Amino acid sequence: MSRIAATFKSLRAQSRKALIPYITAGDPKPGITVSVMHAMVEAGADIIELGIPFSDPMADGPVIQRASERALIHHTSLRDVLKMVQEFRVDNAQTPVVLMGYLNPIEVMGYEAFAAAAAEAGVDAALTVDIPPEEAGELLSALNRHALNAIFLIAPTTVGSRIETICKVASGFVYYVSLKGVTGASHLDIAGVEQKLDEIRRTTDLPIGVGFGIKDAATAAAVSKVADAVVVGSALVSRVEALADQPDAIAPALARLLAEMRRAMDAQSQS
Amino acid sequence: MLTSNRKTYFNQPDEQGHFGPYGGVFVAETLMQALEELRQNYEKYLHDNDFLAELDADLTHYVGRPSPLYHAERWSRELDGAQIYLKREDLNHTGAHKVNNTIGQALLAKRMGKTRIIAETGAGQHGVATATVAARLGLECVVYMGAVDIVRQEANVYRMRLLGAEVRAVESGSKTLKDALNEAMRDWVTNIDDTFYIIGTVAGPHPYPAMVRDFQAIIGREARQQVQQQAGRLPDALVACVGGGSNAIGLFYPFLDDEAVAIYGVEAAGDGLETGNHAAPLCAGRPGVLHGNRTYLMEDDDGQIIETHSISAGLDYPGVGPEHAWLKDCGRAQYVAVTDNEALAAFHALTRIEGIIPALESSHALAYAAKLAPTLEREQIILVNLSGRGDKDIHTVAALEGIEI
Repeated sequence: MSRIAATFKSLRAQSRKALIPYITAGDPKPGITVSVMHAMVEAGADIIELGIPFSDPMADGPVIQRASERALIHHTSLRDVLKMVQEFRVDNAQTPVVLMGYLNPIEVMGYEAFAAAAAEAGVDAALTVDIPPEEAGELLSALNRHALNAIFLIAPTTVGSRIETICKVASGFVYYVSLKGVTGASHLDIAGVEQKLDEIRRTTDLPIGVGFGIKDAATAAAVSKVADAVVVGSALVSRVEALADQPDAIAPALARLLAEMRRAMDAQSQS
Repeated sequence: MLTSNRKTYFNQPDEQGHFGPYGGVFVAETLMQALEELRQNYEKYLHDNDFLAELDADLTHYVGRPSPLYHAERWSRELDGAQIYLKREDLNHTGAHKVNNTIGQALLAKRMGKTRIIAETGAGQHGVATATVAARLGLECVVYMGAVDIVRQEANVYRMRLLGAEVRAVESGSKTLKDALNEAMRDWVTNIDDTFYIIGTVAGPHPYPAMVRDFQAIIGREARQQVQQQAGRLPDALVACVGGGSNAIGLFYPFLDDEAVAIYGVEAAGDGLETGNHAAPLCAGRPGVLHGNRTYLMEDDDGQIIETHSISAGLDYPGVGPEHAWLKDCGRAQYVAVTDNEALAAFHALTRIEGIIPALESSHALAYAAKLAPTLEREQIILVNLSGRGDKDIHTVAALEGIEI
């Protein structure tokens, strides 16, 4: 069983939901990323999404765009990101790591080379924002050869037949984008999300993570009521930005926010 | 497969928008439904007689088509070689070929019931052409423009505002055209229900490269007829500048199966290809994925997009339309590059010898034609796309000569 499947299985046995924080690797400098990952796990993260910096993050809002820009000042490359995961694995063998990013850095490295290096480093899955299933054939084969999961997005605008197409190739979990817009937007409609998740559940048994618009303990708890996993990105990254000139304060600040979310989610699942 | 024993270049792209290995749809899931809706409507109206009649009437009475084909006799004599004919897209309403496409897409937006238009712009030409048709159709219009380009192209920013468009400065990344495109995509994702995104070039996710080509192909259809009327035969070579490549594909496309016609696309070599300061992905880049399609890009070894340089803001883009990438690989078209200085020399030459002030973008095509002409016979014909007029560039040219206007 993959690390991601094992994680969801164990959480389900405890009637808990997964908390998935996102940070951009190398933001604000490459040296702190691994220690921040460990701190997030200690604070209650179940899976970590690690962003691969890209010069043109088309699907991201200003907060995560600026995170990429900060990481790229230090030329944080895909190879550097893989090294960070390898270093993280020295002390953590059980927390799944999902790489999230755009296709071009992976395309330049080569799909097979990427999948082999990612598996070797201890990566569990890839979420490539700008490759829909229609274009993903070769990348999927490479990921499959190396037992890596492929995470895909489902949007509010994704219609029934496409949900099927996506779920057919997705593995690990599917990621529901809770609103129309880019990352960091702020109008979350829980009832609407619940309705769409029901539709997705009729198509797949994969766990469903929900992201976009989750900014504090209250929204995390509300989403955890309807989803299997809560993905939080911009809320964390904006704290990294605020503390960019005092990097030592970043890990504790993120840990505090995640611990609040963790408590609120667990309280929700026990009520 | 009726034509299987005869090679044709007219069967691209495939249904998923691929030109060989290039093109396609590489966007986040949040845009897939909107692109599908656009594709269906485009395919429907492409064959709708009402739509085509409305488009044709606008091109005739609003844009001023057909644009003339002009034999530049004095300049041809001076170059002492082939005869140069200029397709005068600079005489279109708004001063460039861009309007051929914005009219088409805006009419499509109207048919689709969209009330809000967005666009990206580099030099401002596409922004002005979009703001123009939005004004005429009474549609709300927002144009994204890099903060750096806003400073470089002040006059066009003011023109767009006069036309009622809102110009939004983009402060992310390199603050130029590629970042404006990112920002327009983000707007589209957020406002997908009422908004139509008018892309200005033959790049982006399918169906944009094919759709923009089809709207621009009127350039080549007219030119092909005009040159036969005036010279009694097809040209020996076509020359057009290539940034994203919409004016070039517009001229080239109707000639693709005329294998005796040589085709040259001219990229911006900036300070020179060897300096790295250029905008020539076909000549000096490599394939990758950006802005929804696979194509040649200016990128570093890590797959990050690198900043480009050209004296001409309209060519200052790190990618290129996927059909050009395909035409390069299959050898049907050749892609070359000319420097800022060569383009400037051609700018001055055409202005002084023919009394036509060309856009700096088009000056790249003229510069290559000036190199090519002396290598051909006097009876041979080079047809150059004069894609835009140079009034917008006089501040740039004057500044290089130390003159402030």
